[in-house]
Order: sequence, then structure tokens, then C-alpha cells
Amino acid sequence: MYVAVKGGEQAIGNAHRWLADRRRGEREQAELSVPQVQGQLRLAVDRVMAEASLYDPELAALAFKQASGDLIEAVFLLRAYRTTLPRLAESVPLDTALMRIERRISAAYKDIPGGQVLGPTYDYTHRLLDFMQLADGEVPAPERAEAVRAACPQILELLDAEGLMEREQDDGSEPFDITRDPPDFPVDRATRLQMLARGDEGYLLALGYSTQRGYGRNHPFAGEIRQGYVDVEIVVDECDEPVCIGEIALSECQMINQFGGTREAAPQFTRGYGLAFGHNERKTMAMALMDRALRAEELGEPIIGPAQQAEFVLAHADSVEASGFVSHLKLPHYVDFQSELELLRRLRREHAATQPADNPMPASPEAQSS
Amino acid sequence: MTDARRRQRILALSPGDRVEEAWSRLDIAPHYRCVRGPETGMAMVRGRMGGTGKAFHLGEMTLTRASVALEDGTLGHGWVKGRDHRHAELIALVDACAQHAEWEASLEEGVIAPLAARLAEEHEAQAEVAAATRVDFFTMVRGE
Repeated sequence: MYVAVKGGEQAIGNAHRWLADRRRGEREQAELSVPQVQGQLRLAVDRVMAEASLYDPELAALAFKQASGDLIEAVFLLRAYRTTLPRLAESVPLDTALMRIERRISAAYKDIPGGQVLGPTYDYTHRLLDFMQLADGEVPAPERAEAVRAACPQILELLDAEGLMEREQDDGSEPFDITRDPPDFPVDRATRLQMLARGDEGYLLALGYSTQRGYGRNHPFAGEIRQGYVDVEIVVDECDEPVCIGEIALSECQMINQFGGTREAAPQFTRGYGLAFGHNERKTMAMALMDRALRAEELGEPIIGPAQQAEFVLAHADSVEASGFVSHLKLPHYVDFQSELELLRRLRREHAATQPADNPMPASPEAQSS
Repeated sequence: MTDARRRQRILALSPGDRVEEAWSRLDIAPHYRCVRGPETGMAMVRGRMGGTGKAFHLGEMTLTRASVALEDGTLGHGWVKGRDHRHAELIALVDACAQHAEWEASLEEGVIAPLAARLAEEHEAQAEVAAATRVDFFTMVRGE
């Protein structure tokens, strides 16, 4: 427990002034602008939007600049801003099959309609530092080739004439919304996906990795990964049909996993799904692994790893909540600590009273061993 | 897609300053007033499990909307992602004006068609850049 204290206004004001000075850096250097962040640190901007759960590249870039590059602080800033806005509309569920593709690969099927398109990827780079970037080098424009007029359908739906793949069908059910009602465990898959979508990438990556190392293994394949732009349509009172409000950048990952099946239903590949704002491929892969891992109960699998425990995974996935509770330890706990001191002194007095008079308090075993 | 719905889409996909520039080149200058907004809020974006399945909430995006009334009472509405009030207002204004037969054609010719053509060009250029990163697996087949 912490208590309200007064005082320190001057110190706080000066601390924030110093922070602003640190953020600005050496004045001989040009100040970093928000459009520069938005245009040149795009992956940071995208991660902030995904984890803040608010798509607005300019504001995410501002948050990143304001936070001096601290992604978790930037996510917090944008999430806080989100609470100041009213919700005006809900979108029609995105149709990612209509994505304007920048990247689209499959590690499961080689020949796919629309082809395998690498896009602007760090894959296959040698991970050698490029010292040219210390100098002002000109960057050539990207290469072009004749565009292919093929649609890019969802591979998992398309390339499965045999029925080997679990199908995803819409039953028209209204999804739960964690921003309106607090989730109450156990939660359904729609709720899990909403929580995973805003979950911290590092945390989900670690847990997804744990399933690959055996803590809830389900043998994933990257069935399809795509990045690009999708129209967002909203439902409004003024029009009979949904209206397009623009397009957003998205990343999507369809994982194929090992078999479900029951006495009645033949074994099938099962699926895990990841979707995120912006270019967030690693995040969507981790999300898809976690979506699948958290389906363990539904698919009748033994729950043997932390990654399969929904309440544990989801209750700790949000970096805003996690950093808030960890950071509150910095607030004044003086009264709380005082009471602990009093308690400890009493325990020690009582302990001393039980000791023979000629054998004063011995050092504890821990103190001896350290 | 209805004309109104198509106009809204093209205007929302185009950057605000480009819409302003196209609008300013027309000689339509009706008196109008904003009857709602422009105001910024959010739209909740939904995805589908596996891309085709049940809906879930992905996250929100900023959204600005406006409604205008011309002097004769004709209403127009506009919505656009982001926080650009003027952009939403212009979309609403075009929506209102396009309901007048004498303006509809010049709006189509002077605003919507050029904006649509520009978007198509940009999308084509982006598709060409993507196509250059298409993997050709046939080069891996040996001796066949």
C-alpha cells in the first residue's frame, strides 16, 4: 500500500525539465521530427500502435519521440490518449483476402496462387552492421517488375480439397470486448485474440518459443504470412451499406498445427491465428503460436506448459498493466514499510526472549552460508 | 457499389491535401454549415479468426466524421481515418454537392476520377515493387 504525500513539486518540475533536455540531446544536432520517426522508424511506430491498440501512425510516432524511444512508455502514452476519445463506430470484420499485398509467403506450400512475395524484409540479411549507414549514403529506389493481376486468396482455405485443414467459419456471434467489460476467466477465443493482439511482443515471443521447446508442443508450420493494406469499412446510421474510411497496414500469420480429432471427427490440421496493426510479423507469429497453445483445452490436449494456461498468459500480457503494477513500487510506501519494520522488530524481540540467556541470538543459516 | 459509397471510398483513401487541391480547382463554392463535427473519435476494428471465421476485436483506430448542410438543406456526410477535420468536412461537402445534378458530373470529372486514377497509379507502382520480390522457385529445379 502506498500513501499520499505532499511536497516535491519543485523537484518534480525540475526533473521533468531535465528529462526534456535529455530527450532533446545535444543542441548541435538537428531535432528529430515526428514525420522522421513516422517515415524512418516505422517498425517502432507499428509496434507502438499494435500494443497500444490504437492505429494512428502520427500519434504513435509522437509517443515514441516523447518517450525517448522507450517502447513501453510510448505504448502507455498512446493507450492513455485512447481513453480520451469516444468510440464512433465499429468496423465490418476485415477481409484480409483482399489485402493489397506487400509481402506474402508460405513455408508449407511452395506453389501458391498469387506467388510468394518477399516484400521489404530483414529475412536473408546477413545481420552484419552496415557501416555505410554511419555515412550519408544514397539509397537506390526499389526494383520494379511487371505486376501480377492475380488475387491472393487465403491459402489455407484454398489449397485443401481433401479437408485436411480445420476450417474457420463465421457463426455471426458478437465478440466480447475487453475495452467495455473486464474479462472473466475462462475466456473465449475472441477475447483471447483481442488480448493477444495488444500483448507485449517480447512476452508473447518468449511464451511462443516455450511451446516450440516442448512446454506444450503443437508442431507449427507457417502456413501463410502476409503484410499489406486492407480497407476498413464501418457501419453507420446514415448509409444502408458500410462505408470505407481508409486503409490500414496489417500483418497476418496463419499457423498450421498438429492434429485434432475425436472419435467422431477424423484428425485434421488445427490452426493458430495472428493479426496485428502495421508491419509486425514476429508479433503475429508469436500470437498465432499462443492462440493455438491456448486452444489446448478446447482440443482436448493435456495442459503441461505455462503457455497453455490462459489466465496466466493473458492476465500478464499487457505491458501497460504490467509496467503499471511493477512501477507503482516506486511510489512512497513509507507507512507500509514502517509497519513491516515494527513487525520485524517485534518478531525479533519474541525470538530473543525464547533464547537461553547465555546464548544470544545466533546468526541465521542464510547469513552463515552467504 | 453505389456512387456515393464509391465517392466516400476514393475521398477517404486519398490524402486530405490532395482532396483539398482537387476541390479548390472546381468552381463550386456553395454556402454550407457543419451540422455535426468535424469530430474525432475512434472506430473499433474487427478481424476474423483465421481470416474467414468468427469476428474478434483487433483494436481501435482514430476516425474523424463530419456532416454538412447546404443552404437548401441538402445533407452530406463524411468519414475518414485519422484526425484531419478538414478532410472529413470536404468529404461531407462533396457528398452533399454530388446530390445536385448540376454539380454531380463536374465532381466526378474534376475530383473523383482524377483521385481514383492517382490511387490506381500508386497501387500499381507498389504492386510492381512487390512483384520484383516475387520468388521464382523454378530456378531451383535442376536438370529437368
